[in-house]
Amino acid sequence: MTDFKQMLAAHNISRRSFLKYCSALGAMMAVPATMTPRIAAALESDNRPPVIWMEFQSCTGDTESLLRANRPSVGELILDHLSLDYHETIMAAAGDQAEASKHATMEKFKGQYICIVEGSIPAGAGGVYCTIAGQTAVDIMKKVGGDAGVIIAVGSCSSYGGLPAAYPNPTGAVGVSDLLPGKTVINLPGCPMNVDNLTGTIVHYLTFGSPPAMDRFGRPKFAYGKRIHDNCERRGHFDAGQYVENWGDHGHREGWCLYKMGCKGPASFHNCPTLRWNEGLSWPVMAGHGCVGCSEPGFFDTMMPMYQRLPNVPGFGVEASALKIGGAIVGASAAVFATHGAVTMTRNWKQVKEAKTETRELTKETSDAEE
Amino acid sequence: MANKIVVDPVTRIEGHLRIEATIENGVITDAWSSATMFRGVETILKDRDPRDAWYYTQRFCGVCTTVHSLASIRAVENALNIQIPFNAEMIRNIIMGIQNVQDHMIHFYHLHALDWVDVVSALSADPKKTAALQQSISPWKLSSEKYFQGIQNRVGAFVKTGKLGPFTNGYWGHAAMKLPAEANLMAVAHYLEALHIQKEIIKIQAILGSKNPHPQTFLVGGMSIPVDPNSQNAINADKIAQIRQYIAMAKEFVEQVYIPDVLAIAPFYLEWAGIGGGHKNYLSFGDFPEGRSGYPNDFWMPAGVILNGDLTNVMPVDQQKISEYVTHSWYEYSGGDGVGKHPYEGETNWKYTGPKPPYDFLDTDNKYSWVKSPRYDDKPMEVGPLSRMLVAYASGHKEVTDTVNLVLSKLGVGPEVLFSTLGRTAARAVETLIMVNKMSDWLDLLVANMKTGDYAIHNNEKWDPSSWPVNARGYGFHEAPRGALGHWVVIENKNIKNYQAVVPTTWNASPRDPAGVRGQYEESLIGTPIADPQRPLEILRTMHSFDPCMACAVHLYDEGGNPVSKAKIL
Repeated sequence: MTDFKQMLAAHNISRRSFLKYCSALGAMMAVPATMTPRIAAALESDNRPPVIWMEFQSCTGDTESLLRANRPSVGELILDHLSLDYHETIMAAAGDQAEASKHATMEKFKGQYICIVEGSIPAGAGGVYCTIAGQTAVDIMKKVGGDAGVIIAVGSCSSYGGLPAAYPNPTGAVGVSDLLPGKTVINLPGCPMNVDNLTGTIVHYLTFGSPPAMDRFGRPKFAYGKRIHDNCERRGHFDAGQYVENWGDHGHREGWCLYKMGCKGPASFHNCPTLRWNEGLSWPVMAGHGCVGCSEPGFFDTMMPMYQRLPNVPGFGVEASALKIGGAIVGASAAVFATHGAVTMTRNWKQVKEAKTETRELTKETSDAEE
Repeated sequence: MANKIVVDPVTRIEGHLRIEATIENGVITDAWSSATMFRGVETILKDRDPRDAWYYTQRFCGVCTTVHSLASIRAVENALNIQIPFNAEMIRNIIMGIQNVQDHMIHFYHLHALDWVDVVSALSADPKKTAALQQSISPWKLSSEKYFQGIQNRVGAFVKTGKLGPFTNGYWGHAAMKLPAEANLMAVAHYLEALHIQKEIIKIQAILGSKNPHPQTFLVGGMSIPVDPNSQNAINADKIAQIRQYIAMAKEFVEQVYIPDVLAIAPFYLEWAGIGGGHKNYLSFGDFPEGRSGYPNDFWMPAGVILNGDLTNVMPVDQQKISEYVTHSWYEYSGGDGVGKHPYEGETNWKYTGPKPPYDFLDTDNKYSWVKSPRYDDKPMEVGPLSRMLVAYASGHKEVTDTVNLVLSKLGVGPEVLFSTLGRTAARAVETLIMVNKMSDWLDLLVANMKTGDYAIHNNEKWDPSSWPVNARGYGFHEAPRGALGHWVVIENKNIKNYQAVVPTTWNASPRDPAGVRGQYEESLIGTPIADPQRPLEILRTMHSFDPCMACAVHLYDEGGNPVSKAKIL
């Protein structure tokens, strides 16, 4: 505790602004203000929890997202809040020394350490599509994940398979929860994940000793509980029927609704509109490009083509139909996901193609009806 | 006696890389570079909308997070003969420019520096002398004794906890570490400062691209970020001022910290100007169009090919001379593995034939990597900042020539030292300096164009796929931070029929070709002296200079394949 106070002093951070930060964090995690002291206590603990961060079929985008962290910054996360014992992109050691460090943490903190996973795991062909130190990602994930206190999947690939699992899923890529059924996995999908949601999740875990409440896809409700469309700053234009028709047209420059340009906001659950990116500076819709639905199970195949607008059913008002369609798509993904798992769903290209054809037809009908 | 060293996992890079090397009498005599992860994105792209391809290919890499989206939209624009508006061209230049600056900064301070800087030694530095050192090399504001005392206290307190986290098992105390303690403390301070600066300056991509990593405003035909001085939802005077502020912040740090650090550290390691050159063949596609005629004309950074380090002869680039081999890669070609294929005819038929995991060694006589072997006119090439700087220098590019000459004269060496490990690291710094000074020009050009009332950011003519021909094909090039990048796309009936990317790391990390000629990583390791095979810091320095920075752990084996000892990195 004393060390932490010294650290705050070294950073010129007053107790008051530290508590203010804790309360903002609490607000983001949607916990009552009375919890602020508990969050502060968790952050002040000098028992920095050990973290093993695994990278498999990743592009390292989630790690780059980690490097954009602010309050606490990545420097503070590494030096003051976590003991990042294994992280291939950041750590000084490698190979045997890295493995040794990982194994020491796994042994000493069995059942306690935080396991963070970036990238999907290729389960095809006996796991040969990703090996580290001659071992398959499948074997490594089972061992490291099996003994973890909590597993956090960062990004869409480790959550649900993501890009590598897109049709035809050449390597049999799966997300962590597919590989470790029955194990609690906190999914923080997004392409990449927004680091503020990772910070929020870790602080929640440290503060309350349990994962945050999650939806049926394993996503924390504090971050994925609201539909993008419902919190979108351009919602007023949608309700008023003001749409961007062409890139760079008057409506586009004035910030009108991107629904007709293929925005998947009505079918996507994520806190992008309120949290935004890079310390609240912007997010895709604010910068004039539609949401692509990157935080949904089955992304990419269920959300592409990117510029194909979501179907709009004739006979309802625009608002009702967009909500209904959003709900229907999410419901459909949920049903398939729950029954067969994300892998089966994304592998089933035929089904996806059929759905796309239906989407196209519906869109065409709608356009015809509008005309 | 020959020892075979295995380096896996190579950490601090994007992706999964493995190096095997033999050492005889303290010198590397042979080396093999292997990529151990495969996703098959080119296969996933088949039958998809070419306008979506940039979003998929962007995810080849989340570190150089813009480069594949740019190469992809350029390839599709090339196939469909689309010229983009000037505003979009300048916005792309600014996005590319800050990617280059930020990526190089992270590489130097967070990935490469630990090869030259001893973090633990910093604890024994005198903060007063460190302040004097800092003040002697630049006017940088963070230079007081109290400041360095604070950094030292913070690192000291961290080490005292006994939980070093990511700094566990570094090369601290290695005999090849030659910096004085004060220089080490200064570098540790800059490591932490750069962590902060990189996330600030990349906000330019959030303003123009919606977010970073993976900005999302790219479009075939232009950009989706609107430009309009009279709208709060578009690039306006306020946002331009914000961008200027971040450019100024980057410029200050590069000029006052990054460049002085390189100039201060290099003299301690000048022997590295004679190590790690490799084949000395350099390729640059050229980039950063500035003129009204648009990409691919009027490049600010020139294209060219240099062979055998001959700076008197810069040859033009002909993309038809590029081919890829799979002789030593885990793929099969329909016409047999002995022939090369141009990317338009490229195939991605993956077939793993390596040892069954868990394994100790790869079968390096046969196929041993997921990376193909690209060759230019059947020659292995190096790509990256060194190639760009050499091509520009040999072509008489003014800013590059002036800056390179300045650096060489400060170090008291000639241009021949550039073909080396140190040359690669110096070239990256030189490029960062030139780039950060160039970015304001592009912003000025954007502003000047907006003043004329031109707010176009997208060419809509070919947006609707019904306007496309049945068959089309094109290529898109980009000079990414790590080097020459090319995407090739074949479009049929509005969908992608074939997609191939030859990325910088493919050039540099390639395995051998059918003639048995090594890739550039492999070749540049040959002849490197290894003082202590159990702690081969020398290998790391050369490999890191390419920027898939590798800090390695090592298994030592005798020729029979039995482990004789384990290297300690402590």
